[in-house]
Amino acid sequence: MYFVNFFSLLILYYLRSNIIKFNPTSPLKKWINVGFVVASTLWIAGGSFEFSEAYIIATIIKILSVALIAYLGYLVYKIPEFERTKTLLNAVAPIIILGVIEDLIEIINPRFYKEWEKVFEVALLFAFIWAVVMYFITRKQRKALEIERLKAIEREREMEIIESVKASLELEVADRTNELIRQKTELEKTLEELKAAQSQLIHAEKMASLGELTAGIAHEIQNPLNFVNNFSEVSIELLEEIRELRVKKRETKIDTKDENEELQDEILEDISKNLEKITHHGKRADSIVKGMLEHSRSNSGEKIPTDINLLADEYLRLSFHGIRAKDKSFSADFSTDFDQSIPLVNVAFSDIGRVFLNIFNNAFYACNDKRKVSESYIPKVQVSTKNLGSIIEIIISDNGNGIPDQIKDKIFQPFFTTKPTGLGKGLGLSLSYDIIKVHGGEIAVKSEPNHGTQFIITLPLD
Amino acid sequence: MKILIVDDERDVEMLFRQKFRKEVRANEIELAFAFSGNEALEILGSDHPPQFVYVFSDINMPGMTGLELLDKIKIKFPEINVSMISAYGDTENYDKAIKSGAKEFFTKPIDFDILKAEIKRLSNQ
Repeated sequence: MYFVNFFSLLILYYLRSNIIKFNPTSPLKKWINVGFVVASTLWIAGGSFEFSEAYIIATIIKILSVALIAYLGYLVYKIPEFERTKTLLNAVAPIIILGVIEDLIEIINPRFYKEWEKVFEVALLFAFIWAVVMYFITRKQRKALEIERLKAIEREREMEIIESVKASLELEVADRTNELIRQKTELEKTLEELKAAQSQLIHAEKMASLGELTAGIAHEIQNPLNFVNNFSEVSIELLEEIRELRVKKRETKIDTKDENEELQDEILEDISKNLEKITHHGKRADSIVKGMLEHSRSNSGEKIPTDINLLADEYLRLSFHGIRAKDKSFSADFSTDFDQSIPLVNVAFSDIGRVFLNIFNNAFYACNDKRKVSESYIPKVQVSTKNLGSIIEIIISDNGNGIPDQIKDKIFQPFFTTKPTGLGKGLGLSLSYDIIKVHGGEIAVKSEPNHGTQFIITLPLD
Repeated sequence: MKILIVDDERDVEMLFRQKFRKEVRANEIELAFAFSGNEALEILGSDHPPQFVYVFSDINMPGMTGLELLDKIKIKFPEINVSMISAYGDTENYDKAIKSGAKEFFTKPIDFDILKAEIKRLSNQ
């Protein structure tokens, strides 16, 4: 009955090779090794006691051998990890069972065994054939399974490669997407800038044509206006002469004024006053025309090296005191922050001075407006300069009421003014714009309603 | 003293006649008017030697400009004083006029007080 140990070893060998192949870290491996030792020991021990007289020991070894194979069979069916060995067990089970039964019968009833020996041998032969057939079938199946398994592994590896390729593609796509987004934002920014530049160009073009138009109109109006003024002046003189003559006449003739003459005097007086009014308003129109003509003269000044800081400081004070002279109640803080590294700049200093004066006047005017409505408010006008290498920047800021957005575009147009009639002609900033353009510079405005306004002038340092 | 005023604006005549009424009546001066450069040259050339001593000319006129007229008068009648009256008080015109021999350069609107003073100075010589 020791032959079962051979099957025990066979089963253990398969269990072991399966474990090594599929799960090398399994804790069962240790027990399989124990099983090897036990099965080998039982087999060797069985062999050595086969023909000895130690009948009891031989019987015990036999029982242990059967118990071992039974236990192994039990384990193979019970433990999922050993499932693969089931087919082997199925193949050899008939031989084992038949062998054990034959042996048992031989021991218990040798006579009966002798009688039926042929049958037992045939049964064993069939069991053997069964085992061999099963062996080949399983081997075939196993090979097919093995191929399947390899294929699966191959597929898995392919999947892994695909996954990694996919991941790297994913990264590449993300990179390209980012690049595209970056380019898009860049393009959008460029487009914005282009739009701004375009609107600036349109604005500049408009301003240039407006400046030309203004100067043109001024030239055309100037001559007739001169006649109006001259004729009204000469008429006043003529009336004066008449009056003198009438007085003389009365003196020589010792004439008393009659009613008619008094009426005539009154009318002459009225005419004279009317003419004075004509002259007055003519002069007013004349000063507007003069302002308009400045547009055509905005490039007339000769450029000489000028200290911009000094010029700004001078005109800041001039503007402040000018307004103070007109309005004694006016007061405002003003401060300067000059960059002393600014070199002398080639400019028509009286023209640039006029620009400064216009902007300072506006700044003080804006502050004064706010001061009238808010008691706690302290007007403040500030001028700062900065050397930016190829250009200089002059910033004039006030903390007045600011410029509403809807008129910000118009402030540089001729005749645009927010001041009451008679106070402003609306030519200051348009002229300033022209002057700065002629100098190759820029003038821009930033304003926050209720918080103040900033004029930023840039001039090139050739 | 005979004065010729040249301007394409005809109302200039009326204005000058009224402004210089006293001087004309007192026979201190005699005024004549021309409304173009050619007309001015005709008037000046109509008698030999011309009786005019002073010409006031506008610069900006259709046809012959005041500056061209100035050059021609200075060539033909160098003894006649010529002053320019212009709405364009720019340095370019001024320099050109003075270089061509203009006596004075007046800007419009004309300040008649200065003009009268200039005439008086000349008639007193």
